[in-house]
Amino acid sequence: MPTTYLDFEKPVADLESKLIELKKLAETTQVDVSEAVARLEDSIIQLRQDTAQNLTRWQRVQLSRHPDRPYTLDYIELMCEEFIELHGDRTVRDDPAMVGGFCNMDGQTVMVIGQQKGRNTKQRQQRNFGMANPEGYRKALRLMLLAQKFNKPIVTLIDTPGAFPGLEAEERGQGEAIARNLKEMFMLKVPVVCVVIGEGASGGALGIAIGDRVLMLENTWYSVISPENCSTILWRSWNFKEQAAEAMKITAKDMQMARLVDGIVEEPLGGAHLDHKTMAETLKKTILGHIKELQQLTPEERINQRIDKFCAMGVFSE
Amino acid sequence: MSWFTRKERGIQTPTEMKREAPDGLWYQCPSCKHVMHSREHKLNAYTCVKCNYHEKIGSEAYFSVLFDEAEYTELDADMISGDPLEFEDTKKYPDRIRDTVKKTGLKDAVRTAYGKMDDIDIVVSCMDFNFIGGSMGSVVGEKIARGIDHALQNRKPFLMISRSGGARMMEAGYSLMQMAKTSAKLALLSEAKLPYISLLTDPTTGGVTASYAMLGDFNIAEPGALIGFAGPRVIRETIGKDLPKGFQSAEFVLEHGFLDFIVDRKDLKDKLASLLRMLQ
Ligand SMILES: [Zn+2]
Repeated sequence: MPTTYLDFEKPVADLESKLIELKKLAETTQVDVSEAVARLEDSIIQLRQDTAQNLTRWQRVQLSRHPDRPYTLDYIELMCEEFIELHGDRTVRDDPAMVGGFCNMDGQTVMVIGQQKGRNTKQRQQRNFGMANPEGYRKALRLMLLAQKFNKPIVTLIDTPGAFPGLEAEERGQGEAIARNLKEMFMLKVPVVCVVIGEGASGGALGIAIGDRVLMLENTWYSVISPENCSTILWRSWNFKEQAAEAMKITAKDMQMARLVDGIVEEPLGGAHLDHKTMAETLKKTILGHIKELQQLTPEERINQRIDKFCAMGVFSE
Repeated sequence: MSWFTRKERGIQTPTEMKREAPDGLWYQCPSCKHVMHSREHKLNAYTCVKCNYHEKIGSEAYFSVLFDEAEYTELDADMISGDPLEFEDTKKYPDRIRDTVKKTGLKDAVRTAYGKMDDIDIVVSCMDFNFIGGSMGSVVGEKIARGIDHALQNRKPFLMISRSGGARMMEAGYSLMQMAKTSAKLALLSEAKLPYISLLTDPTTGGVTASYAMLGDFNIAEPGALIGFAGPRVIRETIGKDLPKGFQSAEFVLEHGFLDFIVDRKDLKDKLASLLRMLQ
């Protein structure tokens, strides 16, 4: 059962509690309610489908931040038979907001790297809400180069409200850390598959998102700034976040239409938070499929295609 | 092959200095209020003769400071922004662009040119902060990318002069991907072993810092320039207290190891030429 319902999930939640009551009633009174239960279950599915079809861009943002949504380490646990986590950037410290390590995924060794959010207050603080410091980006790059050394494909899972805008982050070169990752990732000789699994905010997301394939889960967003911050800057008020989300066209569908990402991974009905297992299975299948395809190419072909793809992004006239 | 091949002269077109202040105009330093003749100010590389305040100049002025005889050939001068998202905040994006073009005489926030700097062939991309805060949209990314292409094809060094508030929100996802595009081209420039000098001027923040501005073989800055990833206001709000004095200044960034040196604009041309000659 979900721990939290978003405002637009409330009608479904009401039906679900009715269903529970009905089942309880049946247990205590021994009355056959199977027909009513079936009807109610049908309407729940129907309502979920209707809701899913009519989601606004802002509602997708809300889903991408759903507190029950699977995070990087959840996916690793569900997708991989083995995981050896690797820590540290070898310079400053280990950044808990960025995790990574070698995984065994259906017999294929893969380096998985991603931002990590926390589930409760204590974890959230420890993970810094998924906002990495420079050492997080440097750790990510270290692990990518390690994967390249042993010729293993790289998977990155993106879920961040942004790179951390703190004092020490500036002192230790947040800008330089992200910039270096962008440049180095273009030259990686191994296949790189990137997936936005939640929030993809700005350079903090892009810093691990230069890939041969860049995918987005259905209910995620990816853009240059969060709708809230865009609202603050352009409308000079926090209150225009819905409009900002609409104007910036930040959903998976928008980004695919603009050819800024390569594909969308379907989520279980209602969202990834309702069925972690199915979500992880779908994602694993998708990732392994792309890796297999990419392994047919030479490193040079992959690098050239990766560069050409990003260099084609942009709209202008002359 | 050396990048330092001397090419035949004759392709440069002299460019008139449209936005230069007319003779007889006076310039007052906003920092020390000293008044000097604008010609004197210009001869001093647009720095104050008294207090050395570095005026926030744009591409035209940098080109005149750097290129011999202020002669250069501009690349992609007519490239203009599209409106892929049909973006509207308090104003429609195409209207904002049109108004800014009218106000500034610029087409977008970066210009690229090639020419000779102390007789060395060089490609220079320079940002104009006047154009929507020097924000990086598709035109900025593409013009820088093509400037790097020109450097690659002609085996010339590349100089990037940054002055930017970061991303152009009206191009949202497209703006973000310009960080990727420019970094991809710089990776190719690196592979070709051509020198890349990144000059950071006041201010350089956001996605520009987190991409091409920090990727130089040589990262250099003008004195006192504000340089950072997050802007001071955002950091202040995050940590909930005032920032130390000099935080995110060029001197601070140098001290923390992210700049090779700070250069006075009056010495910029000579120092860059000396550096490039050493790499021959
Ligand atoms: Zn002065």
